[in-house]
Amino acid sequence: MSEQNQQAVARYRNNFLKEVEDRVEDGEWVKMCMQCGVCAGSCPFGPHWEHSPQKIFMMIRAGKREEVLASDSMWMCTSCYNCIVRCPRKLPITHIMHGLAHYAHRLGMAPKGQPTREIARLFWNNLAKTGRVNELKFSLAMYFKDGFVQGIKNLLAMQGIGMGLMKARRLNPMEILGGHKCKDKDGIHKMIAKAREIEERKQGYAS
Amino acid sequence: MSEIKTAAYICSGCGLGDKLDIPQLGKIALKEGKMALVRDHAFLCNSAGVQMIRDDIEKEGVTHVCIAACSRRAKTEAFHFPTVAMTRANLREGVIWVVAEGSEHDEVRQEMADDYVRMGCAELKKVKLPQGNPNTTLQKRILVVGGGMSGLTAAFEAAETGYEVVIVEKQAQLGGWANKLWKRVPFKAPYAEPQATGVAELAAKVSAHPRIRVHLNSTIAETSGAPGRFTVKVAQESGAVTEESGAVTEEAIGAIVQATGFTTYDIAKLPELGGGQANVVDQAGLEALAQAANGGVLKRADGKEIKSVVFLQCAGQRDETGKHLAYCSGHCCATSIKQAMYFKDANPDTDTVVMYTDLRVPGMGEDFYRSAQSKGVIFTKGKASAVEAVGDSCKVNFKDLILDEATSLDADLVVLATGQVPSAGVNLDAWDKVVSEADGGSEAAKQNKSEMQKTSILNLAYRQGPDMPQFKYGFADSHFICFPYETRRTGIYAAGPVRRPMDMLQATEDATGAALKAIQAVENASLGRAAHPRTGDLSFPMVRLEGCTQCKRCTVECPFGAIDEDERRFPVFNEQRCRRCGTCMGACPVRVISFENYSVDTVGSQLKAVEIPDEFSEKPRVLILACENDAYPALDMAGLSRTVYSAFVRIIPVRCLGSVNTIWITDALNSGYDGVMMMGCKKGDDYQCHFVKGSELASYRMSKIGDTLTQMGLEPERVSSYEVAITDNARVAKFINEYVEQLVNMGPSPMKGFG
Repeated sequence: MSEQNQQAVARYRNNFLKEVEDRVEDGEWVKMCMQCGVCAGSCPFGPHWEHSPQKIFMMIRAGKREEVLASDSMWMCTSCYNCIVRCPRKLPITHIMHGLAHYAHRLGMAPKGQPTREIARLFWNNLAKTGRVNELKFSLAMYFKDGFVQGIKNLLAMQGIGMGLMKARRLNPMEILGGHKCKDKDGIHKMIAKAREIEERKQGYAS
Repeated sequence: MSEIKTAAYICSGCGLGDKLDIPQLGKIALKEGKMALVRDHAFLCNSAGVQMIRDDIEKEGVTHVCIAACSRRAKTEAFHFPTVAMTRANLREGVIWVVAEGSEHDEVRQEMADDYVRMGCAELKKVKLPQGNPNTTLQKRILVVGGGMSGLTAAFEAAETGYEVVIVEKQAQLGGWANKLWKRVPFKAPYAEPQATGVAELAAKVSAHPRIRVHLNSTIAETSGAPGRFTVKVAQESGAVTEESGAVTEEAIGAIVQATGFTTYDIAKLPELGGGQANVVDQAGLEALAQAANGGVLKRADGKEIKSVVFLQCAGQRDETGKHLAYCSGHCCATSIKQAMYFKDANPDTDTVVMYTDLRVPGMGEDFYRSAQSKGVIFTKGKASAVEAVGDSCKVNFKDLILDEATSLDADLVVLATGQVPSAGVNLDAWDKVVSEADGGSEAAKQNKSEMQKTSILNLAYRQGPDMPQFKYGFADSHFICFPYETRRTGIYAAGPVRRPMDMLQATEDATGAALKAIQAVENASLGRAAHPRTGDLSFPMVRLEGCTQCKRCTVECPFGAIDEDERRFPVFNEQRCRRCGTCMGACPVRVISFENYSVDTVGSQLKAVEIPDEFSEKPRVLILACENDAYPALDMAGLSRTVYSAFVRIIPVRCLGSVNTIWITDALNSGYDGVMMMGCKKGDDYQCHFVKGSELASYRMSKIGDTLTQMGLEPERVSSYEVAITDNARVAKFINEYVEQLVNMGPSPMKGFG
């Protein structure tokens, strides 16, 4: 269990709803859900995730901390905003789902190897490095995320598309050697660090 | 009344002149209708037309007026001649608007109009101008039974309107349940916080009101009489009986509002939900804890501070097993929300869970619900299976209905949201049974009867029993669909939770409505008129006692208990209790009951006035007896929307299907009609009949007519009944067309030509 997780458990004991209200972005809205189920019925990903937003909110109230934070539901949200538009209680459901995903990630409780979580993580790491997305490195990282052998298999399978992209000059193989980057890479890093610091302070994690 | 002089006025406006042969109608009115005076006018309802009629009444001495124009429901303000008897022949909605267009229909259209003129003239000669009930009363004081929130409101509203009021309250002080509440569910914007009940202030205003007198520790020993002349004996707890009134003294009572409220369902009947355990209370029990806390932290009976509380909704309510209350009491969700707020307001860290299956917060309750959610009250959709006492606290076992799992919660206190049980007095169905057994000589039944009598609230000295009729869950009578405060005991109005479960806001609105109804009843009684729904009707039932066979059908069938019996078992009509529906007239086998403008003769002469074509003409005739409250307006509406129906029907409006005397049916069939359609209101538990039982009685009587028809050599299908609602304008035309087609296929009535 991560240190932050231990702290949170100690601080909020059984009151997970309170923890969500304090620590999760837009978490104070959770208590206003009236369990009508319109969000669950509106979600295009309805059958493909473990818990609907309605259930997630009920589980938060019922204190099911582990189950909520380890759920894959928040990671499956495509931000289509159907639920927000339709919620009769005007809950910002999409934002709450992102907030929960973020919180679970921070505590180290998010589901391991969950594909959408993995792509988000790789994308961010790729982007934050130079301030520009390196498409080649990003694709390769995706191919190899499940191990070397699987990576080679993925490469062979995507061979045709890769060659086509190169011929059309949409993919530069030289990008593997570092690639293009922002003029002020250090500035970008400082900016991200500062933003994170502000965010930490807002969320109550500031040391 | 001296000589009568009849006159018929035929209008040729609204297209009547284009579609109909007006001079021929005039000739019929004169020759067949034997009218003394016949005039036509191109626009009868305009000022010139109306003036023409007025002049005839004044200068020619016309006493009876037949207006052959539009429906009796149209132009009632123009054709308002209160000094003469009047009938209407419905040529517009009843003929030209419903008979198919085109010259090929000219003949049947004209025949229909001819018949309606004949019918209007025939009826006119049988009606008299109603003179009003000569037994007018002057007593307008209103009795309010019950001094709770509903009773206090009814009393205060009636007194403020200028009426004297007497309150009879069983308890030693006014206020009822409201006294026991710490706060009430909000009734004013922003509907976010519990509000003060205000009952003490209202009770003080009532006590100090110059027009209100209050009897505390009192019950009603006897109520006799009728609206405008009730005599009420009030018994005080000491046992002394005080005479509240004499027949015409100022001490009499004009009308009664029964606001006797409810009791809570006994939680001892809910052992599975912890009823009887020390840390399980009902909502009333929680109010007591809140009053004791006086705004501070709530403590249990044993003095322990309550840190967690679970409210179980629908405890012993909406029960499908038949063990507990089958209905929803309506107020309990909002009440639990309010009570959860008591805890959150005193200490926001208290765990408050409201466990519900369907949260029902009508009115502005949604705002209140949201306010509780933002205070952190947890709402769990779940169904509790058991409450166990575990050590010093309770364990609530329940099924979470969202997460679909069996689980449990611990709480210092469990509150059961139990329902309202009405205090409506004696159940008349049970009473009737006991009375007939007691009359049969059973000693046990006699004992039972006197025990039951003790539970009566009004102790009515009516032959129909000591209280008003009840609904299936024991709620006091009420005309749900159309007239919520009206009961089947004219002049006695039910208000508040005694007539259906409700919260305080609804009860106060109810009480205001009932107070106005009581005022309406005393005012109409003082003028010798009907109270409602035929408000202002001056006719009243008259009986030729010399023809009466004391069969008691009228007294038994009257839906309103208006008719008592004297010692020789002759009917005694209490006109002020009567609603003028005519059910007694329909019931009377010897036809001695009539109204001045509505009798066996007025309808009988109409149906006989119709010219019946012979059996070879291929023109069947169908008589329609249509309830004037719903079916006749629906027929008018069919006309208004130009819905075509068969021109072979002849429609006679009746006050209620209950007033249909079977002689009309046999007369019609004997005269050669091919069939009879009866159109009345929906019957049964969700009846829409204005007179509650009228359509049901008619249907019962008609179920017995089949044998008679067979004896006459007729098919039973020649008489048919329909339930028609006021909105059924399209359906009603369909009924008519289908029935006429059925009769055509059946062939003409064998009775033709014998009439």
